[in-house]
Amino acid sequence: MKFLVYRYNPETDAAPYMQPFELHAVRPGMMLRDALLELKAAQDEGLTFRHSCGEGVCGSDGLNVNGRNVLACVTPLAELREPVTVRPLPKLPVIRDLVVDLSQFYHHYRAVKPYLIAHDPEPEVERLQTPEQRAELDGLYECILCACCSTACPSFWWNPEQFRGPAALLQAWRFLADSRDHATSERLEELDGPYRLFRCHTIMNCVEVCPKGLNPTRAIGRIKALMLRHQV
Amino acid sequence: MRPLATRKFDTLVIGAGGGGLRAALQLAQAEASVAVVSKVFPIRSHTVAAQGGINAALANVLPDNWHWHMYDTIKGSDYLGDQDAIEYMCRAAANIVIELEHAGVPFSRLPNGRIYQRRFGGQSQNFGGEQAARACAAADRTGHAILHTLYQQNIRARTHFFDEYFAVDLIRDEQGYILGALALEIETGEPLLIEAKTTLIATGGAGQLFRTNTNARINTGDGMAMALRAGIPLQDMEFFQFHPTGIAGKGMLISEGVRGEGGYLINKHGERFMERYAPHAKDLASRDVVSRAIYAEVKEGRGCGPQGDHVLLKVDHLGEAVVASRLPAIRELARTFLHIDPAQAPLPVYPTAHYTMGGIPTDRHGRVVVPAGHGEEVVPGLYAVGECACVSVHGANRLGGNSLLDIVVFGRAAGNDISEYLRENRYHRPPNPASVEQALARLARWERRGDGESVEGLRRELQQVMEDHCGVFRSQAVLEEGLDKVLQLQTRLQQAVLRDHSRVFNTARIEALELENLMELALATVTSALGRTESRGAHTRVDYPERDDERWLRHTLFLRDGRTLDYKPVRMKPLTVETFPPQERTY
Repeated sequence: MKFLVYRYNPETDAAPYMQPFELHAVRPGMMLRDALLELKAAQDEGLTFRHSCGEGVCGSDGLNVNGRNVLACVTPLAELREPVTVRPLPKLPVIRDLVVDLSQFYHHYRAVKPYLIAHDPEPEVERLQTPEQRAELDGLYECILCACCSTACPSFWWNPEQFRGPAALLQAWRFLADSRDHATSERLEELDGPYRLFRCHTIMNCVEVCPKGLNPTRAIGRIKALMLRHQV
Repeated sequence: MRPLATRKFDTLVIGAGGGGLRAALQLAQAEASVAVVSKVFPIRSHTVAAQGGINAALANVLPDNWHWHMYDTIKGSDYLGDQDAIEYMCRAAANIVIELEHAGVPFSRLPNGRIYQRRFGGQSQNFGGEQAARACAAADRTGHAILHTLYQQNIRARTHFFDEYFAVDLIRDEQGYILGALALEIETGEPLLIEAKTTLIATGGAGQLFRTNTNARINTGDGMAMALRAGIPLQDMEFFQFHPTGIAGKGMLISEGVRGEGGYLINKHGERFMERYAPHAKDLASRDVVSRAIYAEVKEGRGCGPQGDHVLLKVDHLGEAVVASRLPAIRELARTFLHIDPAQAPLPVYPTAHYTMGGIPTDRHGRVVVPAGHGEEVVPGLYAVGECACVSVHGANRLGGNSLLDIVVFGRAAGNDISEYLRENRYHRPPNPASVEQALARLARWERRGDGESVEGLRRELQQVMEDHCGVFRSQAVLEEGLDKVLQLQTRLQQAVLRDHSRVFNTARIEALELENLMELALATVTSALGRTESRGAHTRVDYPERDDERWLRHTLFLRDGRTLDYKPVRMKPLTVETFPPQERTY
């Protein structure tokens, strides 16, 4: 199976380049991560990428493959057209090969105050929440911060410093939607203005690529709706 | 050469899984200066993969109390768990789960608004009676929910994170105090000395010792190996848990929660075989019992599939609604790796290396303890919690739902004890250049160039040797052969070289350091397994099939120097209640 892999080592390469690889030991059921590990083991131990759990829950191995952002460990080779073109997640600074600098992505996540804020004294038992209220968090809390969505978003490409991006906004809604959270006004105020939230133009690339099947666009829409209700 | 970059903190936490983050949170809230060093971004730590639940006797679904939980844990441990630590953990459980809920963990809910709890293996009411429902769950993503929440609370508390820094070795002075650690910044390849008055190791387990495992690639037991190199013994390393239901041939974990929700195992005749091995608890017997049963079924020719090499986990009778609401992540996993929808067809499963019961010996405050005279003494300034530690609350076999509990209970306890230590030890001790030099030498060794074997080839060989020689069933001859092979591999590793010597994000170098750690732990595991001539919990010796309380109701200690073994008594006396004396263990 043929691969074209983005290579860049700042210590030795003046510029990035695409390197062809050929993998002979293709087994049935093999995922892209398995293939990259084989290439690293047998052909070039310098081939550099992040990965860990191998089952799509740690979010380490987001990559751009044949033009689409995916998690390598849950992407079957059988579904990929040859040559399989493997690039780092788009538009972020590349540290080396397929490893990108995610500082800005994490900065936006931290900026939405992704933690429960409750003002009541804590009860001795759990705060009660009906199954229906809890169901509001489904499709939100499962985010693994792999950055596939934000780095597929043109608005994030154009305004990476101001627009929070789909991943961070999904988490903003995760707390706004939580019946236990008391910081609605504070959270909405923080997102007000032309950029942080409103740069979303419902292009929906985020929904298209999310490896966990989540829907940041819908969450952003619900934040906008809530903001309108709050303002009138 | 540039001078070594150095930072100073009150506390250094190595590892950003649930144990490290819970401790860091406790300390940050107590206004200590805390640095968390992690080789991956915190929410990529392996806690994220825990599925089924966290045990606490909340009695939200069925009657329960902490004393029953304590009994189940001691019985599950095959009486090797320390009863004071187990009482402490089970009594703290309800409060710590409520705390997690207050912190924002999105637990699943019951119609009355309280936390959903599911049935899990080895749980009983009334000291061995009816099945209990003790595992508090956030669908089947409980670890993910807890880890993300703890990270979020640490953001709020402004904990200082060193993300993608690899801890190389502990720094120790002549008096035995731990002074921090040397770390390697992965992005730049530069070493960084972190000086700290207290150091907490929370680096998780070593599932990568075995070829087929449920663990992430990062689970290479780094902290345990660091402790060994600092002269600290490892405890009970022969006890390695094989989870009954990994995806056959691949290893991904299928949560015990699947059986807790009513799933069950069948052999090629469609027989629900656990009824023969555990007439009372059936599929919800302890993990060691279920794993051995699956091996027996396959060995005796009742396995499923063309090779007869696995059994089936039947889930489809639970119906679409239960699978969708209670087991959504398992369904996703099965669809991805097996192309099977568990709501439609059964899943092929087989026991898979899962959890390190042994580890760095600690007391119930998370303080690392070593033998001294006829008793033990604390290693000043050093703490360990979670899978890398051995308190011991899991003894010879851990119960499902007790590992998430372990990390948060003892993470908090260690945080509290560290606060006290810091009150009495206000100043950093003088640095010890000799110890720093030693740690730097570990890095320098991999600068060697020329011909030599590759690290990756040796890693694969080690995993195969451990699977073949130190798996579920063990014997003197097989273990001795395994020990020889591991020793040969360790010698060969000393001759291995890297091809890639770049500084920036050199993952090959990190993998070499990880393999050195795994090699240390393989020796500890095989040597400890050879020493214990009885069968208890997860450690099954076919040449010594019985449990032998007279000789072996004691903990193993493995020392790196000369690969020697020592032993210490099990703490049979709980804090306030009566001892649970060893009994025959049936489910």
